[in-house]
Amino acid sequence: MGDPILELSGVGKRYGGIVALDSVDFKARSGSIHAILGENGAGKSTLMKLLAGTIRPSEGQMKVDGAPVDFRSPTEAARAGVVCIFQELSVIPDLSVAANVCLADPPRTRFGLIDRTRQIQIARRIFADMGVGQDIDVDARCSELPLSKRQLVEIAKALVRNPRILILDEATSALTASDVQPVMRLLRRLRDQGVLILLISHRMHEIDELADTCSVFRNGRHVETYRSGARTDQQVVQMMIGRPIEQIYPQKSDPATFGPTRLLVDRLSWTDRLKNISFELRAGEIVGLGGLDGQGQQEILEAVSGLLIGVEGTVTLHGGDGTTGTGSFALVSEDRKTGGLFLPLSVGRNLTATGQGAFSRFGIVDRKREQAYARGLVDKLQIKVGDLDSAVETLSGGNQQKVVLAKWLAVDPDILLLIDPTRGIDVGTKQEIYRLLRDLAAAGKAILIYSTDYDELIGLCDRALIVYDGQIAASLEGAALTEENILSSALRLGVTSPAMQEARA
Amino acid sequence: MNVFLARHGRPLISITILVLLFTYFISIHPRGLTLGVVTAWSNQGTALALLAVGQTIVVMSRGIDLSIGPILALSNCVASHLVDGTPAEIALGVVAVVLVGTACGTLNGLVVVFGRLQAIIATLATGAIFSGLALIVRPIPGGSIDAAFADVMTWTVADTIPAAFLVIAGSALIWYPIRKTRTGRTIVAAGSLENAAYASGLPVRRAKVLAYALSGFFASLGGLYIGFQTLSGDPSIGLSYTLNSIAAVVIGGTALTGGVGYVIGSIAGALILRTIGSLIFFNGIDPLAQPFFEGMVLLSAVAFGSLRLLRITHRLEMFK
Repeated sequence: MGDPILELSGVGKRYGGIVALDSVDFKARSGSIHAILGENGAGKSTLMKLLAGTIRPSEGQMKVDGAPVDFRSPTEAARAGVVCIFQELSVIPDLSVAANVCLADPPRTRFGLIDRTRQIQIARRIFADMGVGQDIDVDARCSELPLSKRQLVEIAKALVRNPRILILDEATSALTASDVQPVMRLLRRLRDQGVLILLISHRMHEIDELADTCSVFRNGRHVETYRSGARTDQQVVQMMIGRPIEQIYPQKSDPATFGPTRLLVDRLSWTDRLKNISFELRAGEIVGLGGLDGQGQQEILEAVSGLLIGVEGTVTLHGGDGTTGTGSFALVSEDRKTGGLFLPLSVGRNLTATGQGAFSRFGIVDRKREQAYARGLVDKLQIKVGDLDSAVETLSGGNQQKVVLAKWLAVDPDILLLIDPTRGIDVGTKQEIYRLLRDLAAAGKAILIYSTDYDELIGLCDRALIVYDGQIAASLEGAALTEENILSSALRLGVTSPAMQEARA
Repeated sequence: MNVFLARHGRPLISITILVLLFTYFISIHPRGLTLGVVTAWSNQGTALALLAVGQTIVVMSRGIDLSIGPILALSNCVASHLVDGTPAEIALGVVAVVLVGTACGTLNGLVVVFGRLQAIIATLATGAIFSGLALIVRPIPGGSIDAAFADVMTWTVADTIPAAFLVIAGSALIWYPIRKTRTGRTIVAAGSLENAAYASGLPVRRAKVLAYALSGFFASLGGLYIGFQTLSGDPSIGLSYTLNSIAAVVIGGTALTGGVGYVIGSIAGALILRTIGSLIFFNGIDPLAQPFFEGMVLLSAVAFGSLRLLRITHRLEMFK
């Protein structure tokens, strides 16, 4: 191992009032594969974006090779030898593979025009270096490639710039089994050549196999750095969690009080994102969908609500009176700004958007009844709003979320599907929303909630389904519903993934 | 072959339609297939074809240029003052006109990129300004353009090929080398996925300014060409050209969502629109019905582009 090539002291990043990174001190050496671990929202991605130059720190200093740096753009970072392979693909869909590989600094002819022949040669050479030369047609347009191949293009794009610090942000998560092994070999070779590789991955197996050093982050802070293998999985998970669960959740119901089945999902599949999902949801029950981000949780809710086309399997609703196929449901979407609210419209108009039939005659809305109806919802959910006519965008995040919930409760659904209903709102309002959901369940509603917050899955839900790669990896309830178990299931600890098995073979 | 069709299918369809319409046009034309008929036909489509090339470049960058017609009108009016006299004066005049158009386009780009305005509003506003300037330059139609030079540009080269063909072909040939520069490629990349282009370290802002500047450049060529046909300047010709240039781009198979564009398709689209006009004339249909047929063609072209809706797997994608 070499000298510290990367050094951060007191680096912080604030977004408005939210602290994403909190005075982080961090060192990494050249010729090393250094894993960054942490829960969703621990600050890993923020750290990587700072290094890659897509965002700038609010405070503190970064040093590369002992010299202070301040990257204003990805180009500047690349010039200093820091190249990031982004989790969100930065491949341009409408350009060819070769053009994408050479995107930032294409080879030119004498006339300054892009030299296609050499561009193709460079791309071929890089893919051959990566050990996947025969799998990729460098002439193909990237939009024609499957996700896993596009990910290889993304890696090639970074390598062509000869990085000294290479950042991989979940860069292997989209790769197929046959591509993982060559990429791993390549990373080891780069390490031996003196490159520092910063690896963000949720695949613990991969980290065990590749990393020589690990750093754990939690709540925007750097918790600890240790040599790979010096800590047990249990200790690592403990470090990632590191805090007691606050008592903000209402008392759970006794499973014996749950009513009949309200929602029955049987062998649901959709494209390559959902595979054979089966579960049931009973009246009075709150079930959580958990796991790492983007494993298919949202798609399950979207498939159930009929937003997806080409879904296989069956979804059966059971109404309040026990009849099949008569239940009603509401989907409260994840982003109140784009999917939940009409931001410039008044609070009143937003609240009554779903229930127009209740207060209109011959299709003409009765203003007085509409107002009374909205007023009733505001009182019921204790939404803090002075004037029903003020625009909903003037409310705080928590109150906006209450408006979204209220408008859907107004249609009195039997089943409530929620996507991250407490994201970005304060603890007090969270508590009120938890109380409300528990009361609704007690009144016989069935609630299915996708939460990225493990605390919430444990504190609020009667049962949690942990989703991994489009499948339900575990169903946890009662005493088994612990953060350790959620994380282990979400990371597939103790279970070797098929991709890894194949890659090892 | 399949890959070829998948990538070039849309412009090939418009070229096929153009060939069919042209064949029909020749078959009903009283004089049939003569050099004169072909020359007159291509002259009619040249200005719009030039504009369509410029508009395509902007659309590829995921923008739109509503001021392209006003730039054409302004260039035409400036030309009616300057493109006359000795050969040297004519040459200088042509250069001046092109500079004016390119400057207008560059201004658009700067407003869109650095003013962070939506292209549709920004170019609507600058378009009004350019129209106003055109009226100041030439309040009523008139002026003069050197007739001998205009003849060269609107007749044939060596009695074999209409000069307009060469103008159109040349305009297409200007784009292809630009596409092979880093900035030119960034136009496509930014239109395809702007944040990815930025994250990849591409000069996104410079590329977008260049796209609008090129649009202004081609608009000025269009304005010049109209001058060659009419030998005068007219400040009021811009409006219909803007809308027709967008229609030509769409008929040529370029989606307004950016990233992909077919300069050749747009040229075909422009000639299709003009051929429809001629067909109406020679069929004795009331010329007032021309917008009706143009609208039908445009609607079919757009409907063709909506076929993707049959393949989506998420209902919310319908609204994207």
